[in-house]
Amino acid sequence: MAATTVPDKTTRRHAGRGTAGPKAAGGRGGLSRKLTHNLQAYGFLIGAIICFGLFSWYPMVREFIMSFQQTKRGVTSWVGFHNIKTVYHDPYFWTAWKNTGLFTLYALVIGFAVPFLVAILLNELRHARAYLRVLVYLPVMLPPVAGALLFKYFYNPEYGLFNRILKFFHLPTSQWLDSSHTALISVVIAATWMSMGSATLIYLAALQNIPGELYEAADLDGAGLWSKIWHVTIPQTRLVLSLMLLLQIVATMQEFTNVFLMAGGNGPENSTMTVVYMVYQYGYRYNNFGGAAALGLFLLLVLVGFSGLYARLNRNSD
Amino acid sequence: MSRIRYRRLVAFALVAGIGLTSAACSDSNDKKDDGGSKTSSNASAGTPLDPNTKVTISVDCMPPTTKKPERKQWLDDIAEFHKTYPNVTINSKDAFPCEETDKFTAQLQGGSETDAFYSYVTDLQQVLDAGQAADITDYVNDKTVPNLKDIDPGVLDILKDNGRLYGLPTTNYSMGLIYNRKIFQEAGLDPNKPPTTWDEIRADAKTIQDKLGSKGIHGFFEYGAGNQGGWHLTSALYGAGNTVVSDDGSKATFNGPEAKSILQTIHDMRWVDNSMPQSAGKEWGESQKAMGAGQIGMYLAAPDDIQLMVQQYGANFDDLGMAPIPGGKTSLMGGNDYFFKKSDTPDQIKAGIAWINFKFLTLKKGQFNYARNKADGIPVGLPQPFFFTGQSKATDTADKTQYATVPVENYKSYVDAQVPVKGEPPNAQKLYTVLDTVMSGVLSNKSANVDKLLSDAETQANQLLAASQ
Repeated sequence: MAATTVPDKTTRRHAGRGTAGPKAAGGRGGLSRKLTHNLQAYGFLIGAIICFGLFSWYPMVREFIMSFQQTKRGVTSWVGFHNIKTVYHDPYFWTAWKNTGLFTLYALVIGFAVPFLVAILLNELRHARAYLRVLVYLPVMLPPVAGALLFKYFYNPEYGLFNRILKFFHLPTSQWLDSSHTALISVVIAATWMSMGSATLIYLAALQNIPGELYEAADLDGAGLWSKIWHVTIPQTRLVLSLMLLLQIVATMQEFTNVFLMAGGNGPENSTMTVVYMVYQYGYRYNNFGGAAALGLFLLLVLVGFSGLYARLNRNSD
Repeated sequence: MSRIRYRRLVAFALVAGIGLTSAACSDSNDKKDDGGSKTSSNASAGTPLDPNTKVTISVDCMPPTTKKPERKQWLDDIAEFHKTYPNVTINSKDAFPCEETDKFTAQLQGGSETDAFYSYVTDLQQVLDAGQAADITDYVNDKTVPNLKDIDPGVLDILKDNGRLYGLPTTNYSMGLIYNRKIFQEAGLDPNKPPTTWDEIRADAKTIQDKLGSKGIHGFFEYGAGNQGGWHLTSALYGAGNTVVSDDGSKATFNGPEAKSILQTIHDMRWVDNSMPQSAGKEWGESQKAMGAGQIGMYLAAPDDIQLMVQQYGANFDDLGMAPIPGGKTSLMGGNDYFFKKSDTPDQIKAGIAWINFKFLTLKKGQFNYARNKADGIPVGLPQPFFFTGQSKATDTADKTQYATVPVENYKSYVDAQVPVKGEPPNAQKLYTVLDTVMSGVLSNKSANVDKLLSDAETQANQLLAASQ
C-alpha cells in the first residue's frame, strides 16, 4: 500500500515543476503548513535561540566589531586594523601562542592518554568497578577554583605535598609552579586530574559497547593484551577517540582558570601565559578591549578551524 | 526548508544582528556624550549645594558589616551630614575591597558605577578613557572644600588631566619597607634601625634566615607574577632615584646599573643566602598573610598593609614597623579617591563633593575624628594619609599624636625620611607585565642572567610603548 501512495524520490524531487503559478502557491502553502505543523517545536526552540542569540552569537558579533574599534574619552571610533596590528606586534604574542600550543600538546599527551588507559583498566576490572568509577569522577565535582588552589598548595616547593612525598622517598624535589621549566606541565597535570573523570566515563561507555565476541575471537587468535588494545579496542573506539581529541584541543586552547589561579597568570618568566590569559590582560589590566577583541578573533579563527574538523568528523560518523 | 532558503534566513539574521549591534553601539556613545555636556556647562557650579536642594546620590565603598566600627561610623556620619543637608539622600553600597580591578573595569565599561565612585588614584586615565568621569574643576574651590589650599598640590595633580580636576583624594601613601620588629629582635637585630639600603636588607635577611630559618621564618619576601613583581621592582627603582620610562612615555629607562644591582641582590637573597621563600608570591595578599603569620622579616609595601595585617591576618601593631623605601631617593605614591560619574546632574556632583568633603577632607570630622576612632577601636597614628600641608597638617599631626592608639614610634624612620613621592609611570600595567618577567626570572632561575633579562625586557617595553603611542 505504501508503494502506491508515497511517491518515489524522483517524483518528490520534481513535484510542482509544471507551471510557475501552482508552484509558487504550493510553496507558500507548504511553508505555512510546515510552520503550523511545527509550531510547537519552534515554541520550544525559541528559548534556546534567544539564549544562544544573547549570550553566544551577539557577543561574537560584538567582539568582531570591537576588534576594529577603539574607545578613548568615552568616544568609540573605527580604527581599521590597528588593534590587530597592535596585538600581532605585542612582544608576548608568540610567547602566548607557544605556551597555548605546548599546553594543548601536554594536555593531549597526558590528558588524553591517561583517561583512556584508566577507562581500559576500569573496564577490565571485575570487582569494585562502580566504587572506582565514582572515585575517578569525584574530582570533576570539585569546583575548579577549589581544585586549582588545592594543587597550588600541593605544589609549594617548601611545604607542599608533592615535595614532601619526593623527600620521603629521597628523590630530588621540584620547583613545580616556581620554575619556568616545570610551571606549564604542573598546571597540565592538575588540569588533567580535575577533568579526567568525564573523559574516562565517555571512554568507558564506548569500551562497553564493543561486542565481547571480538575479544573472544582475538583470544582464539592468541592475541595478547596490547594486541587486543591495538587491534580491537582502538579501532572500535576510534570515532569517540577522535571526537574527544578535537573537543579537548578546543577546550585546552581556551585555558585560563588554572594558569590564572595556580601560576598568577603569566607564571615565571611568562612560561604559563596563554592566549586567553593575554586576552584577559588586554581587557582588564590594560583596559584595551579593542585589543582583547582582536586577540580573541585570532583565537576564534584557530578554533573555528578545529571545530570545522570536528563537525566534519561528526558528519562522517552519522 | 531548502538549503537556499535556509542560507537566506541565516544571512538575514546575521545582517540584522550586525545592524542591531551597530545601533546599540552608536546609541551608547551618544548617551555618553550627552552626559558630558550636561555636567560641564553649569554656570553656578562653584557654589556649595543649597541645603534645600532635594537630591539623591549613590556612593560606594561603605564598610561591610564585618567591619562593624567602620560601618557604624559611616552610618553615623551620614546622620550628621543630614543635619546640614536634610534633603540629600545617600544610597550607600558596601564593598570590600572597595575596588576589585576586574570588577571596576567591567563597571566602567557598563557605566554601572555609583554616582560618586571610589577608585585608586592611578585609575584616572582608565576612567577618562571609559568616558565615565565628570570634570569637577568648576565645582571645587575653598567654599565647597574649605581645606583645599592645604591639600598637597602633588596629590591633586594626580587627579588632573590637562589641568582639569576629576576627583578628590580620600587617602594617600608612599611605598616603604614593612618589617617585623619581633623577628628583628629575636634575630639579634636592632628593631629601631631598619635597613635603608639593599645591601643592608640582604645582610639583615641573611641574619634572620640564619637565626630563625629553622622555625620556617624567612628574611625577605618578593612577588614574581600577577604584575605584583613589576610593581615592586618599579618601587625599588624609584627608591634608587631611577625612572622606568622617559617623561614622554616613549622609551623604557629602567635598564641601568641600579636595576642590575637590585635584581642581583634579590637573586642572591633567593639563591645564595636562601633568605627568601622558595615560592615567589603570585598574587596580591600573599605577603600580608605571611607577614601577619610572622613568617617573614621584611617586604616592600604601603603603610595601609599594617592595618590589614592586624585586622585580617592576626598581626600585632607592636610587632610591625615601617621604614622608608630602600635608597630613599623617591617613593612610588598611591592612594584612593572618589570620581563623579559623568552622567551626574550638577546637584548630584555638588552633593557628592559635600559628602566627600565632610567624610574625608574635614579635620576632626569623618575619618579625621580621631577621638571617635580611638573610642571605636579603630587604629589612630598610622602614617597615612599625609596629603595635608600647612596649618591643616599641623592640626592633623597634633590630633593624631593626642589620640594615637598604635605605636607611632614604630613608623618614625618612615615618617622622618620624608621621601619625595612620585606617581606611577604611564602605561604602568603594561610595564609591570614586562618587569614581572625580570623579577620572576631572578626568583625562579638560579642561573638567571640579569643583564639579558633586563635588555630583553627593555626591548619588549619599548615595543609596547611604541604601540601605545
